[in-house]
Amino acid sequence: MKKKGIYQFKRSKKESKEYTLSVLTENKAGLLNHITIIFNRRKMNIDSLNVSSTEVKGVSRFTIVVNSSKEKIIKVVNHINKLIDVLAAFLYEEDEIYYQEIALYKLSTKMFLKGDLVEKIIIRKYGAKILKIEEDHIIIQKTGTKVGTQKLYDELEKFGSILEFVRSGRVAVSKSKRKTKNFIKELEKIKSNKLNIK
Amino acid sequence: MKKISGSDAIMQVLVKEGVQTIFGYPGGAIMPIYDALYNYSDKLNHILTRHEQGAIHAAQGYSRVSGKVGVCFATSGPGATNLITGLADAQIDSTPLVCITGQVPSHLLGTDAFQESDIIGISMPVTKWNNQITNADKISEIMSKAFYIAASGRPGPVLIDITKDAQFAKIKFTYKKCEKIRSYHPYPILNKDSIKKASDLINNSKKPLILVGQGVLLSNAEKELIQFSEKSGIPMASTLLGLSAISCIHKNYVGFLGMHGNYGPNIKTNEADLLIAIGMRFDDRVTGDTSKYGINAKIIHIEIDQSEINKIIKVDVAINADAKQALINLLPFINKNEYKNWMSEFKKCDEIEFNKIIKKELNHDGKEIKMTEVIHLISEMTDGKSIIVTDVGQHQMIASRYYKFTKPKSNITSGGLGTMGFALPASLGAKLGQPKREVIAIIGDGGIQMTIQELATISQYNIGVKIILLNNNFLGMVRQWQELFFENRYSFTEMKNPDFQKIAEGYGIKNNKVENKSKLKKSIQKLLDYKNAYLLEVVVEKEENVFPMVTSGDSVSNIRLE
Ligand SMILES: Cc1ncc(C[n+]2csc(CCOP(=O)(O)OP(=O)(O)O)c2C)c(N)n1
Repeated sequence: MKKKGIYQFKRSKKESKEYTLSVLTENKAGLLNHITIIFNRRKMNIDSLNVSSTEVKGVSRFTIVVNSSKEKIIKVVNHINKLIDVLAAFLYEEDEIYYQEIALYKLSTKMFLKGDLVEKIIIRKYGAKILKIEEDHIIIQKTGTKVGTQKLYDELEKFGSILEFVRSGRVAVSKSKRKTKNFIKELEKIKSNKLNIK
Repeated sequence: MKKISGSDAIMQVLVKEGVQTIFGYPGGAIMPIYDALYNYSDKLNHILTRHEQGAIHAAQGYSRVSGKVGVCFATSGPGATNLITGLADAQIDSTPLVCITGQVPSHLLGTDAFQESDIIGISMPVTKWNNQITNADKISEIMSKAFYIAASGRPGPVLIDITKDAQFAKIKFTYKKCEKIRSYHPYPILNKDSIKKASDLINNSKKPLILVGQGVLLSNAEKELIQFSEKSGIPMASTLLGLSAISCIHKNYVGFLGMHGNYGPNIKTNEADLLIAIGMRFDDRVTGDTSKYGINAKIIHIEIDQSEINKIIKVDVAINADAKQALINLLPFINKNEYKNWMSEFKKCDEIEFNKIIKKELNHDGKEIKMTEVIHLISEMTDGKSIIVTDVGQHQMIASRYYKFTKPKSNITSGGLGTMGFALPASLGAKLGQPKREVIAIIGDGGIQMTIQELATISQYNIGVKIILLNNNFLGMVRQWQELFFENRYSFTEMKNPDFQKIAEGYGIKNNKVENKSKLKKSIQKLLDYKNAYLLEVVVEKEENVFPMVTSGDSVSNIRLE
């Protein structure tokens, strides 16, 4: 269990790579600001951000995707872990999580009706679905990775311009066996609130 | 149960938390709190400073000498924003503070109401924690957390913003001190394995060096540090904020680290085969070029704040723990040892530094007084027993180099932020925190003018601080850099100063001015003998330089002696 422990880097890794941070926090106003300040100070861009409630009442989860060197991101994680209202921040590389993003594409109905868009491209090839059909526009929804939703975007663009496109922040769950509820119970048990000098 | 107002509840919290002194400045949005304070004048001593920056620096000085949490009050808007410099200073120098700011009534939040500022947003990066109280029922919970968070673990400043309606509201109030927050783990569980690994490194090292930081003072580990150093025989050097943790006359003390530190400890950093850093954070003023720092050394880092470990310098063994706890656990594993040759190398360095620098500083034929002479005299005349509060600049470095501290918690200075204007208010706070000790403020002519209004506070409350103004009519430290690195282009560093004696006179503070070397000792004696506040202006050499010096960004090995 990597509670509020120290992440250490074995050798200095300078090359940049995509990391996912999963941060469990108390549900407290202003915390988002607190977390983004830590990135801003280091001139780091957040690629995607999602905040949601968890299976534990009063506990929120921030899922943050950034491109960074390992050395830099570890310092960020250690700094986030230091925030008083943060329960724990976990750092993941791509192969340590299951993750998805959701994208919505708004197309004109006219464009949509051209050719056999629906059948071939949307449903079969990309596993997307139609969320809404209106007289003048339709909404398509696809869940997947950024690469996947981008591919569909590129494909749709070939048929005419997309009216609106939006992609959500990443949501991710780790491959570890950890149960959030138990994890928090363990945290509550740690006797690190007082100095015990024998 | 009788209901009381939110403001009364705040007073009760302060009393229950053992607060005795508050530094503050009133205004519209904090008036209910001040009104409640009126009834508590027998329990809470409030000091009205002349600026909120003065209030917070005073609270810092108070805390740093006493180890207690410093408390200050300010009103909303400008009152609150005036605290920012002090918050940033306390944050970077790990000083426990609880600052209470008034805020516009909660229904006006976000409307640009008169004197509304988003102090929670503004202070976020410069506080350990902050919170806004809009509902008086939350006072107990939030205030108890505030004190707990400020003082525990690595200490720091906390700001609590309380809306005016919450100050007025009537509540049923009971108070319980906070003892635990599940998301906050101030005292990491000591890893016994790291103790074992560290002791192996220590017992097998040939040229070890201890780097003492403020963490030693903050965890009251002065005694344990001495035991550790005496048993292991390892020499100790100190960072700026670590000064006074060990007596400067201790046989294992080898001096001051960093940019204007002593020659030996800087040079030897790169010859040592083991650096044992205790409660310090490898500030760039200590390390210089980090790629050329501790090049032959393994590094052990004893540090309570996990985010400091491997932040600047990659370490070989991290002991993520309170300094005192770590030292107590380490001691039994340490072999008794001595390092005669290694220690004598430091002595040789001291001789070099003495011959190249100190001798000339102390025995020169020039008519002008040198800052070094002043500090040297004060150090001798007070036996190194005073609390020295310094501002920022050349005088600060000279004081740190030449005052030979013999008592802990005696060096109060703005280290991490380097805040000019810190010393005068911090010294009045320090005197209130340690009324029986001599408190001497050493300030430059630039810095004193940043918070000079606090002479009024000193005067009103008869706070017996001794102020030594080292006047070179220059922003000396910047001038030194202009001389050394900008071809003597003295761009806006020379000052036409006011008549400081008249100013002191105006504030009702006893004063004197000395320009003549032959009168220096006598005038210092007068200042020390005086029972109340005293300002002594010493006119010093205009273009004195502080040496040794590690040029910014250079390696500690390249420390310059001239
Ligand atoms: C608030 C603030 N502004 C600017 C500086 C930059 N600075 C560092 S030292 C210094 C000169 C200080 O001059 P003085 O107070 O006369 O002391 P001296 O160096 O002459 O001893 C300045 C301007 C600072 N540290 N703090």
